[in-house]
Amino acid sequence: MDFGKLFELIVSSALVNNYVFTMFLGLCIFFGVSKRMETAIGMSVTFTAVMMVSAAMSWMVFKFIMVPLNIEYLMIIVFIGIVAGLVQASDTVMRKVAPDLYNKLGIYLALISTNCIILAVPLSNVGNKYNFIESLAFAFGSGTGFALALIIMASIREKLELADVPGPFKGLPMAFVITGLIALAFTGFSGLITL
Amino acid sequence: MLDVYTMIAELAGTLRQIAEAVTYIVPQVGVGGEIEAKPFIDLGPLMKWSLIFLFGMSTVFGFVLAFAAKKFAVKVDPRVEQVLGTLAHAHCGACGYAGCEQYAVAVVGDPNVSPSLCTPAGEKAAAKIAAITGKKAEVVEPQYARIMCQGDCNLAKTRYKYEGVADCRAAVIAGGGDKACAFGCLGYGTCAHVCPFGAIAMSATGLPVVDEGKCTGCRKCKAACPKKVIEVLPSSRRVLVTCHSKDKGPDTKKNCQIGCIACGICVKVCPFEAPKVDKNLSVIHIEKCKVCGLCVSKCPTKAISDFVPSRGKAAIDPAKCIGCSICAKVCPVDAPHGEAKKPHSINAASCIGCGICTAKCPVQAISGTFNTREVFAAAELKKAKAAEKAAEKASGAAVPSSN
Repeated sequence: MDFGKLFELIVSSALVNNYVFTMFLGLCIFFGVSKRMETAIGMSVTFTAVMMVSAAMSWMVFKFIMVPLNIEYLMIIVFIGIVAGLVQASDTVMRKVAPDLYNKLGIYLALISTNCIILAVPLSNVGNKYNFIESLAFAFGSGTGFALALIIMASIREKLELADVPGPFKGLPMAFVITGLIALAFTGFSGLITL
Repeated sequence: MLDVYTMIAELAGTLRQIAEAVTYIVPQVGVGGEIEAKPFIDLGPLMKWSLIFLFGMSTVFGFVLAFAAKKFAVKVDPRVEQVLGTLAHAHCGACGYAGCEQYAVAVVGDPNVSPSLCTPAGEKAAAKIAAITGKKAEVVEPQYARIMCQGDCNLAKTRYKYEGVADCRAAVIAGGGDKACAFGCLGYGTCAHVCPFGAIAMSATGLPVVDEGKCTGCRKCKAACPKKVIEVLPSSRRVLVTCHSKDKGPDTKKNCQIGCIACGICVKVCPFEAPKVDKNLSVIHIEKCKVCGLCVSKCPTKAISDFVPSRGKAAIDPAKCIGCSICAKVCPVDAPHGEAKKPHSINAASCIGCGICTAKCPVQAISGTFNTREVFAAAELKKAKAAEKAAEKASGAAVPSSN
């Protein structure tokens, strides 16, 4: 197990190729949940958990079932199916186990399955031919990067409510402008690790 | 015809070039790519395995989800939904629970939780919830938010000019706010901003004004105020010292013309011993205060506010008066006068409209004060109940005798 490679993967997917700020994926959930800090933290933890499980399951289904049967062309459909099933299961489980978090997340828990990142990660794993541990590390790194993005945005948006924003820019437009500025800042990470 | 074809061909060629160029601009990260091309595709087994696999996977997922739904099922009492329909959904926390759904669950499940806790929804909701859960709705006195500061921009001094985010929570970070009095309202409107019912508006002179019609006593403003200037009190507390200044008298007077200087005049004049001076601030105690309004006119700095909208003067109906002189005994300003057993009359010049005589008159001969309607209605209710009891006793006595 090459820990160096794993560490590189985590840092790369969290900072260098941050899915929100560099690749601009998963933006609807990003803007929807980043209004308050508690929903942001809850969402990012749930998202990382669902991401790692779905990456693991997708990798196993791809390697052991789809490749021998030559049906790799179905991978987009299959990965989305796995994600949807997992999200529904986690919805049912969370309703019983953590009802406070469930009520706080509301509709956004079900919207994890529409998040582009959750499809992009298994596809990247397939495309880059990672083995099982590397896929898990990559998924963990993406989840961490998403969490980082959410927490930064939530802390800014909570303060933004008090500031004097011009009328047409109130709410989402200003959030978009700020995301662009943060993305600009994140380009500073490029070249940190060449992958 | 040929020209059209060549034009279309050229267009297609251009479009293909653009598509190729775009693939260089979009970052290539192997998403959906890099599956080796196969030289030969066997269509028969491919179709077969695709169908079997998709069918199998959906069946497996179906079973897994059905199992999860059964095992982690949450039993929801249908009454919770009904209760939720009656609540105000302001998410204010007045009931003491974290959210509206938590209160609904508690009131349905726990027999000790009162159905009247949702103050924003009012008595109607309390009656409905009582009907749904089978509990008794208690009459809860409405509570209003009171702003305990009258130092507006003309009456209170400021220490420095504050330029920043126009919010009290932000202003208080800058050395406790720009007001000279450390206990005063800063006037930047945080309370008006957080009120879910729009009950607070900022006046032209920079003080919040509470609209009693809209205020539900949810306490959101009290939690948001960084200076802790807002108190939520029962609606019957209508005479209050609207100042929180614990500074010594001369210091308070220097900072604000309308602050409480703890001179003790209100303590001396009150016939019911309601105000108490503690830590350079006078506080009126609810148990003793009869809302007469005498201290309001006697306070030298006008720090005491009277929240009764209008005080009409009392007048005695000579037809009903029995001359018992109870009104003369309870009056704080000695306005009623008259001989024993003869109809009395009230000196309108000295009457302050406190309403105590109206409440104390045994025959409800006095009217004209702000509490006239309530006193008369309570007296009617008492008479009706007494009549009912008398009728019951009479019929109860009749039955055994007929047997």
